[in-house]
Amino acid sequence: MFDVKEIRSQFPMFKQKMQGKPLVFLDSASTTFKPQCVIDAITNYYTNATSNSHRGDYDLAYVVDKTVRETRQAVARFVNSKENEVVFTNGDTSSLNIFAYAYGLKNLKENDEIVLSESEHASNLLPWFQVSKMTGAKIVYVPLNEEGRITVDNIQKVVNKNTKVVSLAHVGNVMGYRIDVEKIAAICHSFGAIFVVDGAQSVPHFKTDFKKWDIDVLTFSGHKMCGPTGIGCLIAKEELLNNIDPVFVGGGMNETFFKPNNMIPFDAPSKFEAGTLNVAGIFGLKAAIEFLESIGMDNIEQYELELHEYVIKKLEGSNIVIYNKTADSGILTFNVPGRFPQDEATYLNYKGIAVRSGLHCDKLLPDFLKVNATCRASFYFYTTKEEIDYLVDCLLDGGDILDAYFN
Amino acid sequence: MPTLTNEMMRSIIMDHYSSPLHKHVPSEEGYEKWHMHSDNCIDDLNIYLKVENGKVVDACFDGVACTISTASTDIMCEVVIGKTTDEAKFAIEQYNHMIHEEPFDADVIDEAIAFINTSKQAARIRCATIGWNAADNILKDK
Repeated sequence: MFDVKEIRSQFPMFKQKMQGKPLVFLDSASTTFKPQCVIDAITNYYTNATSNSHRGDYDLAYVVDKTVRETRQAVARFVNSKENEVVFTNGDTSSLNIFAYAYGLKNLKENDEIVLSESEHASNLLPWFQVSKMTGAKIVYVPLNEEGRITVDNIQKVVNKNTKVVSLAHVGNVMGYRIDVEKIAAICHSFGAIFVVDGAQSVPHFKTDFKKWDIDVLTFSGHKMCGPTGIGCLIAKEELLNNIDPVFVGGGMNETFFKPNNMIPFDAPSKFEAGTLNVAGIFGLKAAIEFLESIGMDNIEQYELELHEYVIKKLEGSNIVIYNKTADSGILTFNVPGRFPQDEATYLNYKGIAVRSGLHCDKLLPDFLKVNATCRASFYFYTTKEEIDYLVDCLLDGGDILDAYFN
Repeated sequence: MPTLTNEMMRSIIMDHYSSPLHKHVPSEEGYEKWHMHSDNCIDDLNIYLKVENGKVVDACFDGVACTISTASTDIMCEVVIGKTTDEAKFAIEQYNHMIHEEPFDADVIDEAIAFINTSKQAARIRCATIGWNAADNILKDK
């Protein structure tokens, strides 16, 4: 498949220690480490290629424009969309906000329905909350099944002729379940609704096929796929992009403007890219995509599922409460009985392990899980089985949480 | 105050976490409330202080909190009760100095000395100070 140890040697962060111990980074659902090639690409822009895009008449500017174009092509290849369906944004949250406002304010009205779920990240809920308040459109939550999954059957129960938008994460950031985007897209389209897929936790982890799945919108962040922070993409079908208006306007997105208040925007995607792009981020994103492609998305997917199965097996029979035994991703959500999740995370920090505790930006899901908070360990292709062994040992060693302060 | 061993400090924290003395809502009128919510922990606390004639006559709290925030808030209540507002503010200031590894006056913070190692777990500084900052907010104009 691939040599995890060799891959890890390309990530400078793995040389770091935490609490004087080897760093075990199990928070990749939050953000990922960057390989040297991505760091080099960003440094290359600042060291050798700094200039603005779209507006230079000199050699340096040409190099930047060329790289921006090549990155757009790389993204299109990576998710199987058209090049002009790729809009560069600041990240997944930015993509979802831009789309929700651009589409929602133009197309939604009272009694229209927006379908969301309780297992969404704040970034796929709050923009729609705002749009719902501004337009009078109603938010409908698709019920989760007893496992916490969004099923096609339950989608069928809530999507109807009033539904205008269905917006769901392809993989939930807490439970790590995958939804059947192809079938959901077909249901949405049969009622004339559009289907927005938050790909923050899916695009980095398995092969995306925007065209084949026939979804209308896809959003994701670069930093969760070994790329830089501050860069992400909004992918939307060409005709959809052509029919919505930019939320941000300014330089670089218009053909012309004239008095008193008229502006003619460029065609998509440029009309959504006002102001100077995150050029360094774009250089880094291209390197990240090429890096992931060199490992192979199918390999990454297979390895992460193997890691999840491995950890579940290791914890079998223990007292650790696992909320997502059947997750289709490298996400493990758990609690240690009798221990407050933050305390457990601090204890693990003391052992050199980075995990997340809390609500993971999903403040609706605790109602479903009936807990105040959870711990989350999330794996990526650079996670080793030895790291998982160490996590399990630390979870089961029964150490006093105050060791973190007094040893 | 006598020097505390690590074992003594551990048991102070665990006692105040497992059996907090002041974790309840006020049973009478006259308390001022301050709500604190931590952005890096799920700590979500209400702190209540009753100030009469320039003196903190009672303090209590309720909500959801981790070991460090529960125990430190409970001890904060112990520390400020019976102090004048100025003395209480001074104690809070000294506690914050200790948390941030600056010189501090140990005499006025009593059992809160148990949190002297908080900086070892920097991500939990917020938890160790949440109740103290709430009390400081209530007292700042008094």
